[in-house]
Amino acid sequence: MADYSDNQSHEEDLEHSTRRSFFKQSTAFGAIALTPAALVRAAEHQWDEKIADVFEKMPLNIEVNGVKHSLKVEPRTTLLDLLREQLDLTGTKKGCDRGQCGACTVHVNGVRINSCLSLAVSNEGKKITTIEGLAVGDNLHPMQDAFIRHDGFQCGYCTSGQIMSAVALVKEGRTHSREQISEFMSGNICRCGAYSNIVKAIEDVKNSGL
Amino acid sequence: MNKIVLGEPLNRVDGRLKVTGGAKYSGEYKQPGLTYGVLVPATITSGTVTAMDTRAAERAPGVVAVITVFNAPAVPGFQKDAVKPVRGLKLFNDNKVYFNGQPIALVIAETFERATYAAKLVTATYAETPFETSFEKNFDKGVVPNNGQYKDYVRGLADAYKNAPVIVEEDYKLPSEMHNPMELHVTIAAWVGDDEVHVYTKSQGVMGSQRSVANAFGLATEKVHIHSRFVGGAFGSSLRTWPHEIAAVQAAKLVKRPVKLTLTREQMFTSVGYRPLTIQKIGLGATLDGKLVGITHESHSQTAVYEEFTENAVAVSRFLYASANANTRYRVVPLNVGVPCPMRGPGEATGAFALESALDELSYKLGMDPIALRLANYAETDPERNLPWSSKYVKECYALGASRIGWDQRLAHPGSLRDGEWLVGYGMGCGAFGAHRSATTVRIRLSADGRVVLWSATSDIGPGTGTAMTVIAANILGLPADKISFELGDSGFPTAPTQGGSQTVSSVGSAVHDVCVALRGRLYELSGLPVDSTTDIDYVRVLKEHGLPELELSGESKPDAEAQKYSSYSFSAHFAKVAVHPLTGQVRVRQLIAVVDAGKVISHKTASSQMIGGAVGGIGMVLTEEAVIDDRFGKYINGNLADYHVPVNADIPDIEAIFIDKPDPYINPIGTKGVGEISLIGVAAAVANAVYNACGKRIRELPITPDKLI
Repeated sequence: MADYSDNQSHEEDLEHSTRRSFFKQSTAFGAIALTPAALVRAAEHQWDEKIADVFEKMPLNIEVNGVKHSLKVEPRTTLLDLLREQLDLTGTKKGCDRGQCGACTVHVNGVRINSCLSLAVSNEGKKITTIEGLAVGDNLHPMQDAFIRHDGFQCGYCTSGQIMSAVALVKEGRTHSREQISEFMSGNICRCGAYSNIVKAIEDVKNSGL
Repeated sequence: MNKIVLGEPLNRVDGRLKVTGGAKYSGEYKQPGLTYGVLVPATITSGTVTAMDTRAAERAPGVVAVITVFNAPAVPGFQKDAVKPVRGLKLFNDNKVYFNGQPIALVIAETFERATYAAKLVTATYAETPFETSFEKNFDKGVVPNNGQYKDYVRGLADAYKNAPVIVEEDYKLPSEMHNPMELHVTIAAWVGDDEVHVYTKSQGVMGSQRSVANAFGLATEKVHIHSRFVGGAFGSSLRTWPHEIAAVQAAKLVKRPVKLTLTREQMFTSVGYRPLTIQKIGLGATLDGKLVGITHESHSQTAVYEEFTENAVAVSRFLYASANANTRYRVVPLNVGVPCPMRGPGEATGAFALESALDELSYKLGMDPIALRLANYAETDPERNLPWSSKYVKECYALGASRIGWDQRLAHPGSLRDGEWLVGYGMGCGAFGAHRSATTVRIRLSADGRVVLWSATSDIGPGTGTAMTVIAANILGLPADKISFELGDSGFPTAPTQGGSQTVSSVGSAVHDVCVALRGRLYELSGLPVDSTTDIDYVRVLKEHGLPELELSGESKPDAEAQKYSSYSFSAHFAKVAVHPLTGQVRVRQLIAVVDAGKVISHKTASSQMIGGAVGGIGMVLTEEAVIDDRFGKYINGNLADYHVPVNADIPDIEAIFIDKPDPYINPIGTKGVGEISLIGVAAAVANAVYNACGKRIRELPITPDKLI
């Protein structure tokens, strides 16, 4: 796996900055960019994005909810922001962007992860499942159905992450007791406080043998 | 089909959208040409910005604009001659810094990553001035609030407790507590020309947001469209329009493109309010048989130097128990911090922790059971306002809660009950919150296909507004729930109050009730029946027979004078069973029972969830939550969800909500009193009292972390 230590990122930034300066100074748009009084500029008529497409973005082949995508993304873009901002899959939520709340939980090759802690480009060739990919047509996944019946949410913002975690939890076999479910669901914060209903929903799904 | 009854445990009507990721929250609306805004926070705590260097940020790829305190376009509502000036902090309007983290610039770029990166390139130089963030150090600088609502209160004699045979006199401290809803505060602003704007924002009151934006930008109210259909939690943090929301609108106007501005979790610790740090003194005096002689309740709470925030923590001590003598005082301490705002159970939750802890202390001094002590001082009428209660079933709450938790297992002597290595204790605490109702208008339409749609500019921050309204409409119209839809969260809908103060079901529910009764009456009239008939009629056929493609009407519902003759409160009694590990100081809440007199329960499943959720918030307040400022720098040191501990799943036992479920006869046509606030009020005391009963340690400074118990 690539090393994304602070030092390396910093060097990459410097490199970008140098390359940027070269491009800016070598185009007519440079004059605009160097004018400090320019409060608004239209990002140089999208030139930044055009340059980025050629020089800064990396190819990424990724399968999301069964749909194959061939994309070009900036290396610094997280899987979460790729899903939400570029693929318009906003079911996966951003609650902290620091891996502390679990709202962004998705499955990568069937394993639950915090998508805010995963760079999009590190998921080359992988299969991602988000909350939008859980139901089959109009048929809800049993966990989604159990969350509705047990009212395992209120505002609904943590719900996608809770359900993705819960589905993985059952697969992991960590549902032997209420305590075990609670412990292994503790990476998913619910500020509305639906925890006891979430546990009941998971027990229900487990007991129905799914 | 069985007719839907009030109290029906209906599944959430928006449940399917929420479990499939289909529910769209404010930051999730696609906009052509969307740009991203990232705020740059001040790194000093008090002073002025003397210069800023934005050149590197401006030259960074994809940056569209950098707004700073030196170049920000004027906001009409910020000007001194504004008709309705913007309240509170006027972002970028001048170069003054009042608190650490106050935004001093806003970078707008083509992507979130570009804006985030460029924001880090903005530098500022400052002229620092001395600052104060230490509450303790400035405690004596507390002042009577300027707003005139908090005059010292005296009933009978002040400080009468001091002359009583048995006295409790203690200080109780609560740290600042952050709302921390799971959704980051976010606003998308998109202008249409120069005089019209759409704002997708996290709001508990779309009409309030509409007025704020209209006032700030001098726009006609109807030209401001607020959209906030799904709100990812708020708990009070979206009761007002915050400076960053105005900044997003300002930025979108400047760049002539839609702007999405999302706060980071860390920025939410300084930008969207919190429950303020508070120190309260309680004085209780009682006769030997437990009759209260006097109650004194004083509170000092933190506010900001640039805007005053007040909350009524001392109010509970004036009416919760019968005492001929009671007096309260309230002072605020202005500091170099962001301004607080109401947080679930505002004031009352803070006050009830102190009062209900002190009562528990008194019960031990008297050798009386805590429930017996409360019964000995039961207020049969409201002692503060000298009015009868519109309804009060608190004795029933005590009895049900005691029975359910197994109060008879409680041993009066602390530290006596063991379970292996653990010490086990029981505690209880009570809460009350005013039952309110505001004028609300609801529009209803019956279509030829038999479907009914209702509209109101109310909100749903999580309690399940639409579900409760569907139950009411289905009940009155005798229709199945899936024939009804309730639309909310848009300022274009008919007038409704902000979702706060536990009044949504009482206000909007009453309007839904009234408009449904009116619609049904109209259909009876068309059928040649008396308007108050109870005959089953086929609505679709009535429309058809009269050649009507649809039937639409709207109606306003507002409080009547009769309700003013009573004092109306929701009441709760919380019972906790906890285990304390004496070696590690760990506290485990093993059981929590919330018994509630909230009038009629409309939607049993969602109301239960609200009660359970409030109890979880109370467990956070008492055991884990504390926002900490390092007073050397004036900066929060735990501004994230790893270091600021909200309860997680493993912290929470099975919690049970029990409703008295008796309609209040006066307050409104559906008999509801509200559950949002009382779900939390009294929980912290119940747990703290149980901790004392378990191990004999009285912790008066929250949260009760292990270090305080070992």
